[in-house]
Amino acid sequence: MPRLLVLVGTRKGLFVLEGDRARRKWRMDGPHFLGQVVNHAVIDPRDRRTLLAAVKAGHLGHTVYRSENLGKSWEESAAPPAFPKAPTGEPGETVSHVFWLAPGHAKEPGRWYAGTSPQALFVSEDGGRRWEGVAGFNTHPDRRKWIGARDEAPPDGGTLHSINVDPNNSQHLYIGCSTGGVFESRDRGATWTALNRGCAADFLPDPNAAYGHDPHCLRVHGKSGDVYQQNHCGIYRLDRMRSRWERIGKAMPIEIGDIGFPLALHPREPGTLWVFPMDGGTVWPRVPIGGKPAVYRSRDAGASWQRLDRGLPPSQGWFTVKRQALAVDTLDPAGVYFGTTGGEVWCSFDEGDRWRCMVLHLPHIYSLETAVVD
Amino acid sequence: MVLPTPLAEYTRHRREVEAEGATLAELLADLDRRYPGLRFRVIDEQDAIRPHIKVFVNRLPARSLEAALAPTDEVLVVAALSGG
Repeated sequence: MPRLLVLVGTRKGLFVLEGDRARRKWRMDGPHFLGQVVNHAVIDPRDRRTLLAAVKAGHLGHTVYRSENLGKSWEESAAPPAFPKAPTGEPGETVSHVFWLAPGHAKEPGRWYAGTSPQALFVSEDGGRRWEGVAGFNTHPDRRKWIGARDEAPPDGGTLHSINVDPNNSQHLYIGCSTGGVFESRDRGATWTALNRGCAADFLPDPNAAYGHDPHCLRVHGKSGDVYQQNHCGIYRLDRMRSRWERIGKAMPIEIGDIGFPLALHPREPGTLWVFPMDGGTVWPRVPIGGKPAVYRSRDAGASWQRLDRGLPPSQGWFTVKRQALAVDTLDPAGVYFGTTGGEVWCSFDEGDRWRCMVLHLPHIYSLETAVVD
Repeated sequence: MVLPTPLAEYTRHRREVEAEGATLAELLADLDRRYPGLRFRVIDEQDAIRPHIKVFVNRLPARSLEAALAPTDEVLVVAALSGG
């Protein structure tokens, strides 16, 4: 009997919400890796059985765990993502944590990508057992210029995130770097170019800089290949023909703005997307504007937006939704879910029209992912 | 060797284990053969002891993985617990 899973990665472990296809009955499994940071957990859409989790245990460093039975048992990667050892006398880099996991193209079973802090890209060809650096990015002569100096990183470290494979071309990869910007490769990671034209960077001295931008979340539609991003400065859709970003967030209500972290796409409709606006004023509180949480949805690729707050706290709601913590399932109508820094999971089974809180009291939520499994 | 509780899952919850090696590096390599994955929890990819982890040999801090060991030396690994 098919089941719907919602994977909840938190600061203190991984939780799995399991629902029936009608999304009426739910149970919770976990915690897995209690006490350990789980930045991201993803089920392989190619076999709907393999589950990878990016885990960090306090001062003991990072690793990746894999399960072939949806979390009943786990195996640690024999070679987690790691930089090569530097020659004697030269400073080497060390991975702080794995931030993002992404399955490879549908036609490349076993291939996975991982993004880390500091910003680097790793690949596995064996389902996450062994990882190697993608030299085309990690050793690129401009990488340090792109991602900035070590002491310029955000408080939790700069991250390579939003790894997307073009559904129509397995060679074509997109990544986001905070800070650094969006980059793409058309040769499976061998070479990279910055993809930030048209995207604002009001914190840089050159507003037309080629890189140095701050994408928060980049998504590529799984069927059409359309590309969207929630950026530090706004919401954008990529004009692929011109390789230029168009600021679709301009259509958001002016009192709400278009600052935020997560962005999610509809599984079937390329023009439907959801964002969770946050207060990006003054010192960047990163909370719902005025303490009134609301999801915004566009059904026309960002030309117009609808506020969706029915069922959400009408006031004094001050949680944050992180960039990986807004997810959509593949059912019809699509279910939309978000997790908060206060440990709540909210859900809507009518594409955002009505919301209810399905889980309380979890640790600080970092990520949500959904999957329909057998 | 005496290991901290955060490493207990690697050793099936044994705090005291035995391993062999003429240096700390060799000892940790042998330990990793017996308990796969454990070394990377203590030593990063640059062969440095991870921050907030201390290794003591006969109660004296070890500064380098090249530290020589005698057959009966006791090696103690301490991991800080911090943060909320």
